[in-house]
Amino acid sequence: MARTTVCVTAAEAVAGVTDGASVMVGGFGPSDCPDLLIRALAEAGPRELTLICNGPTGRPGGSDSSLLVERGQVRKVVCSFPVPPTTSGEMTAFERLFREGRIELELVPQGTLVERIRAGGAGIPAFYTPTGVGTVFAEGKEVRVIDGQECLLERALRADFALVRAHRADTMGNLTYRLARRNFNPAMAMAADVTIAEVGEIVPAGELDPDAVVTPGIFVDRLVRRGGAA
Amino acid sequence: MSGGERLSREAVARRVAAELEDGDYVNLGVGLPTLVAGYVDPSKTVVFHAENGILGFGPAARPGEEDPDLFDAGFRHVTLRPGAAVVDGPTSFAIIRGRHLDVAVLGGLQVSERGDLANWMRPERGVGSVGGAADIARGARRVYVAMEHTTRDGGLRIVRRCTYPLTAVEAVHAIFTDVAVIRVTAGGLVLEEAAPGWSVDAVQAITEPRLTVSPAFREMTV
Repeated sequence: MARTTVCVTAAEAVAGVTDGASVMVGGFGPSDCPDLLIRALAEAGPRELTLICNGPTGRPGGSDSSLLVERGQVRKVVCSFPVPPTTSGEMTAFERLFREGRIELELVPQGTLVERIRAGGAGIPAFYTPTGVGTVFAEGKEVRVIDGQECLLERALRADFALVRAHRADTMGNLTYRLARRNFNPAMAMAADVTIAEVGEIVPAGELDPDAVVTPGIFVDRLVRRGGAA
Repeated sequence: MSGGERLSREAVARRVAAELEDGDYVNLGVGLPTLVAGYVDPSKTVVFHAENGILGFGPAARPGEEDPDLFDAGFRHVTLRPGAAVVDGPTSFAIIRGRHLDVAVLGGLQVSERGDLANWMRPERGVGSVGGAADIARGARRVYVAMEHTTRDGGLRIVRRCTYPLTAVEAVHAIFTDVAVIRVTAGGLVLEEAAPGWSVDAVQAITEPRLTVSPAFREMTV
């Protein structure tokens, strides 16, 4: 892999995301997503994107992945959590477009979703899992009995780009995370052709404890620092 | 057939908490199941898992003391207990799918007599969020559902066959409602406990499948 580029601006970091690209967006929900990169991607304006994330559940005006949906830049969403649990409050952009038949959804159980992404990064083209047997999630999938247990064949997921968010990075692209903020980020960082990380701080190589690195720089192509705290 | 008073959500949570054993690793779903954590006997060590990647979280953070990087799968700002650990998504679901989790307490919309669970989508909305429920209902060693026995309109929720989209088939081990405790067995549903003031017949009247009364049937302690 080429060495990691440290970008000065988020616009520079998301350069090259073209119409029709597939984009993974890390974070568990609207509050911990790479919002700097998402805003830059909304500004850059590529359309017909396939968005792979936990769920575009931010309310209108937010800057989570729902912003890209709201701007009409997304053709299809692959996620486990497309809508907020209740219908109280203002309807999300995704739910509105989905009801109008203007956006496609591939709903995936969360554990299957994150494992498909991990598999994509790990060179495992597909795997069998018992999750979803006998439910709508089994539709169109090969079912096989392994050691007496019915399982579904699930295919790996990869993307053209992954936008992830981490706590600290060094100039080699090594990333550390804090507390609950790992979630999808480490798996997505492995599963894209170009991985772009926004981080709270970028330190010189050698300043991160190698034992503390969760995502090694081999998976990270571009870095950009957030203005404030990550 | 009239029954007694319905139990409060807190009383149902307390009853589920009594079911947890010392040393259990437990995942709690959003809503009523979340309340279970507040009623665990302090003499027991129970470790709570949140599928966004936490093992060993504690009560909600006090206002003003929230750490923005520390939240559970329902985005509540929580605290960590001594001995907590954080993991990434693949590891969190390896814990679930790999059958390392002792107990899951999930909310429910419908449970069938063979233990099928429907809990992620109301068909009239046309779209729903499964989140981690399908993996958790399949992966946990003991799956408990905590829910109201009927819908607000009196519709049945414990049914012969679920009509809502399923989360997992033959997954539920026991149902804890505001009226009863019901075990799912190979021979069908077994009524173990009824809330004070509720007769067997009154519980049966709001339960579609036939209930077998446990030889150890008793009034629920609340």
